[in-house]
Amino acid sequence: MIPAAFDYVRAGSAAEAISLIGQHGDEAKFLAGGHSLLPLMKLRLAAPSVLVDIGRVSDLSYIKDAGDHIAIGALTRHMDVETSAVLQEHVPLLAHAAGHVGDPQVRHRGTIGGSIAHADPASDLPATTLALGATYIAQGPNGTREIAAADFYQGFLESALAADEMLTEIRVPKMQGAGWSFQKFNRRAQDWAIVGVAAWRRNGDSGVALVNMGSTPILATSVSGALAQGASVSDAAQLAAEEAEPQSDLNASPEYRVHLAKVLVRRALEAASA
Amino acid sequence: MKISVTVNGVVHESDVEPRTLLVHYVREVVGLTGTNIGCDTSSCGACSVHVNGEAVKSCTMLAVQADGQSITTIEGMATDGVLHPMQQAFMENHGLQCGYCTPGMVMAATSLLKENPNPTEEEVRLGLEGNLCRCTGYHNIVKSVLAAAAGQ
Amino acid sequence: MTVTDDRPSAVLGTRLLRREDPALLTGEAKYTNDLDLPGALHLAVLRSPYAHARIVSVDLSAAQASPGVVAVYSGADLAGEWASPMPSAWAVTADMKNPAHYPLASSKVCYVGDGVACVLATSDVAARDALELIDVRYEPLPAVVDLEDALSDRVVIHDELSTNSSYTWDLKIEGTEGQVEQAFADAAFTVKERYVQQRLIPMAMEPRAVAAVPQPFGGDMVLYSATQIPHILKVMTALTLGIPEHQMRVIAPSVGGGFGSKLDVYAEELLCVALARKHRVPVRWNEERGEGTVATTHGRGQIQHVELAADADGKLTAVRIRLLADMGGYQQLITAGIPILGAFLYAGVYDLPQAYDFSCTGVYTTLTPTDAYRGAGRPEATYAIERAMDALADQMGIDPMDLRKRNFIRKEQFPYTAFTGLVYDSGDHLAAAEMAAEMADYDGTRARQKAQNVPGAKKLLGIGQASYFEMCGLAPSRVLASLNYSAGGWEAATVRILPTNKVQVVTGTAPHGQGHETAWSMIVADKLGIAPGDVDVLHSDTALAPLGLDTYGSRSLPVGGVAIAIACDKVIDKAKKIAAHQLEANEDDLDFTGGAFTVKGSPDRTMPLAAIAFEAFTAHNLPDGLEPNLEAQVTYDPPNFSWPFGTHICTVEVDTETGQVDVLQYVAVDDCGVQVNPLIVEGQVHGGVIQGLAQALYEEAAYDTDGNLKNASLAEYLVPAASDVPPITLGHTVTPSPTNQLGVKGIGEAGTIGAAPAVINAVVDALSGLGVTDVPMPASPHNVWKAIQAATNNSQGASK
Repeated sequence: MIPAAFDYVRAGSAAEAISLIGQHGDEAKFLAGGHSLLPLMKLRLAAPSVLVDIGRVSDLSYIKDAGDHIAIGALTRHMDVETSAVLQEHVPLLAHAAGHVGDPQVRHRGTIGGSIAHADPASDLPATTLALGATYIAQGPNGTREIAAADFYQGFLESALAADEMLTEIRVPKMQGAGWSFQKFNRRAQDWAIVGVAAWRRNGDSGVALVNMGSTPILATSVSGALAQGASVSDAAQLAAEEAEPQSDLNASPEYRVHLAKVLVRRALEAASA
Repeated sequence: MKISVTVNGVVHESDVEPRTLLVHYVREVVGLTGTNIGCDTSSCGACSVHVNGEAVKSCTMLAVQADGQSITTIEGMATDGVLHPMQQAFMENHGLQCGYCTPGMVMAATSLLKENPNPTEEEVRLGLEGNLCRCTGYHNIVKSVLAAAAGQ
Repeated sequence: MTVTDDRPSAVLGTRLLRREDPALLTGEAKYTNDLDLPGALHLAVLRSPYAHARIVSVDLSAAQASPGVVAVYSGADLAGEWASPMPSAWAVTADMKNPAHYPLASSKVCYVGDGVACVLATSDVAARDALELIDVRYEPLPAVVDLEDALSDRVVIHDELSTNSSYTWDLKIEGTEGQVEQAFADAAFTVKERYVQQRLIPMAMEPRAVAAVPQPFGGDMVLYSATQIPHILKVMTALTLGIPEHQMRVIAPSVGGGFGSKLDVYAEELLCVALARKHRVPVRWNEERGEGTVATTHGRGQIQHVELAADADGKLTAVRIRLLADMGGYQQLITAGIPILGAFLYAGVYDLPQAYDFSCTGVYTTLTPTDAYRGAGRPEATYAIERAMDALADQMGIDPMDLRKRNFIRKEQFPYTAFTGLVYDSGDHLAAAEMAAEMADYDGTRARQKAQNVPGAKKLLGIGQASYFEMCGLAPSRVLASLNYSAGGWEAATVRILPTNKVQVVTGTAPHGQGHETAWSMIVADKLGIAPGDVDVLHSDTALAPLGLDTYGSRSLPVGGVAIAIACDKVIDKAKKIAAHQLEANEDDLDFTGGAFTVKGSPDRTMPLAAIAFEAFTAHNLPDGLEPNLEAQVTYDPPNFSWPFGTHICTVEVDTETGQVDVLQYVAVDDCGVQVNPLIVEGQVHGGVIQGLAQALYEEAAYDTDGNLKNASLAEYLVPAASDVPPITLGHTVTPSPTNQLGVKGIGEAGTIGAAPAVINAVVDALSGLGVTDVPMPASPHNVWKAIQAATNNSQGASK
């Protein structure tokens, strides 16, 4: 299968990319690692008329210690997130989760920014960065702006990014020794999660987000709220699906997904509390 | 679009449609048919090649994205008529039957050992999560990769 | 114990590395899609998006104008190309209903994926782009997805048949009328179970690929195809297209797995040949995975009603089987016969009196046609009996291993004439089961299970067993005749000694991953006393190997391999005449060992085969009347099936909260008779086991009620990867087959046959304390969780 025909332009910088996408309008798409977009284009579920390749914008591939947070360039590949010593020390949940995206070949090409901008509720990193309270930096024709992860996901494959905006950086607060767990429940290792849970806990604070439990990644605020008020892990986990609207598919009914979310949130919190 | 790609050490200058996938470029433009196509969904890994030394599914990359890059295919693994140690390990451990997944397996496995030279059996199995085989049940593929690691 | 480690010779039985491997490992091997065919046009097939619909109109005009397009055809346009409908070789009953169907449908489509039009273009991309421009108007009709619904004839798929039932095939044993009913009436225990063999997609890693190369002026047609059956394909293509058979040549280049899915004559093969003939240029087609999931045959697809009767000791007294087999929208090559291949095996490895009642009804649905898939009928049979044996043991409150031991056909009963009249060649089921139990620490696991599976435990341990018999080495031609199969089951071989004592072997088998070149060279090397490296094996090209019946049904070694051994004997016989002549000795006084003839008692009077080969070539000094050259051709019709057997034991842990099944250990003890190359045997078992385990835990062709395949890709149809399956512990016993000189039985399907029931028995065993008595395949987390929920709700309901 090969994609429908399109025009291809390569950007040398973020500014050039934004300018190119502005010129080509709605029919244009950014191409980063291509591991979200190209599979859709091959199946002709997506057919942009122009691809703006940002894969060569090398100054957007970095992982920097920025004091209270780690700044990750949007074009940093999953493999580099997974193996980053800085992230393993300060945001181990994200490094660990990145190691569960797709398979090694996918992680060699796919980028954290591409994954987040694609806003797939079944992907691992949108939910993980959501649980971590990340901030995303978007650059547009008129400069940059910050978007809280909690405000970013607006619908199935829909984000707060404007058509002419490009995600350039992900800022993830340091976890400061918080306990954490990433629970990915799937049938084959290479697949998307049937249900996934990214969770961390430090004293009364916690962050819990769910993979594939609705049209967007889901922040399980009820769980964190209950924990903050002193609920037990198992009681709090019963609230796992309060914010979720799970779908039915080949692998799971909504009921089963809700059940799994409760079990996996409990297990994640137990692990994070250990 | 004109691209210049180094394939198995040889620079190839070609003019390709932007929608040409790297796997089709390698097979049909360069003429190296050892890289196989087994699916449409980036699932099976049969088309794995190395891009700048790392395993990549060549069905999920455009040829234009490989412009200026260095590609190694299965045809570039044996040197001077001698099998690459990973190929030799697959042979000695009966890590292949029909052979269709094998080029991709060998490319994925060599990439794996580059990143993790002494993997456990579990790490080998996880490291090959993106490659499907229908013949071997993977038992001897895993054995082959462990043998190749031990022989380094 | 029958375990023997006697190696018949220096070569046979060794772990010789495969000669096939270097070409496959380096990309040098050419699969059909790798062939360089200058000037070839590319075929693409437009497929029905409806499971069931009338074709109202087909407008090809826009596609015809698309860049690169050479021609576009509807089904009606090509109606004149076919001398006969798509071939189907197995009319299992005289009154079987089998609708004519053609490579492209012209009036009606009967499954999603049914071809309705095709494009010839200068590139694959141009051809596929043009497909989108063909405008077909359909009148949708109701889909028939469910087997029992199909049987009701609520919607009749083929109007001309006026029913969806194609045939009912009964296994009747003369003189035993009433015995089954009596046995059930007298039984101390009976079980009545319903099992579903879900549809599976074979998913050979190489998608199908075809290329037809005509010689418009020379007259010949060469068909390259990723097929298991070049010989059968040649005959069928010639007949279907009206091409004289001697002008048809079929070549199967490297073939990337088949598992039964390439044991067929497909529309695209016939289309490529027809269009190459019509356009007088090469025409090629390569399957995309997404279209392959609907356009390549599926496997399994049965509803099984199983009843067992047993006496107070648990000894089986009768078996009654009712099958419904899902044939899909049409019959392909041997669709109807697949469940019949299992018909004789529903009593498994057990000593059953003549009280067996089997009936199978084949029904049409509006789904992809089914056909052979690894094991073909025999895994289904083994699953049914082995699951039902566990149900019986559960009812009796005894260990399933114990129940099996009470029922095994005993070693001393072989050769064993079964209730069907078939003779089981050799076996020792008890030895295999005991070896497997020891390797799996069966008793220890039972003890651990008792400690672990306490009320409230979240992780439950289960151990499951399957003991199997495989009827393979397909097949004695007379038996095939009695089953109404329209061909024989023989295999051909030629052994030719070249002047320099190198050997060419020509075989009618068609390997696609099995390593025949290596294995056959070992048989010849052993026979002739030469090095395997001096043997070349020619195959899979009907011009080089004109006679053969190809590779399926674990037949290649017990039929094709034995044919080679016999051909070697004939060559040796002829060589002996030459040796006797030249050594001036009596033939009876010559020994042939180590590749040389020696006069008994006179070790210095010797003549190596190499010298004889050259003498046979020069023909300067041969016995009177003897033809030059050393060559023998054999066609071998096996006197019996071969009967490999074994016991598999699987240990699982089930997470009752999520339904996740973890396989902790898998032990397979198989007996395929004498092993030519243990390395290859082990590989076959490994792969077979994982394919069976994948049926048990992962795979299912899932359809919606409109007949759309919901998992039509490898992203959604879950062929497991290395990360998702366990390592396998192998053991073997060796019980030679007495029916062939090599003592071999075949091993291609054994793993698949044993694995699915062993895994599911283990899962059910783990959950039995919760009241779960069955889990449907695949035992996905969701299905397991639902089974636990249902059982828990039941027991709560019961306790109220």
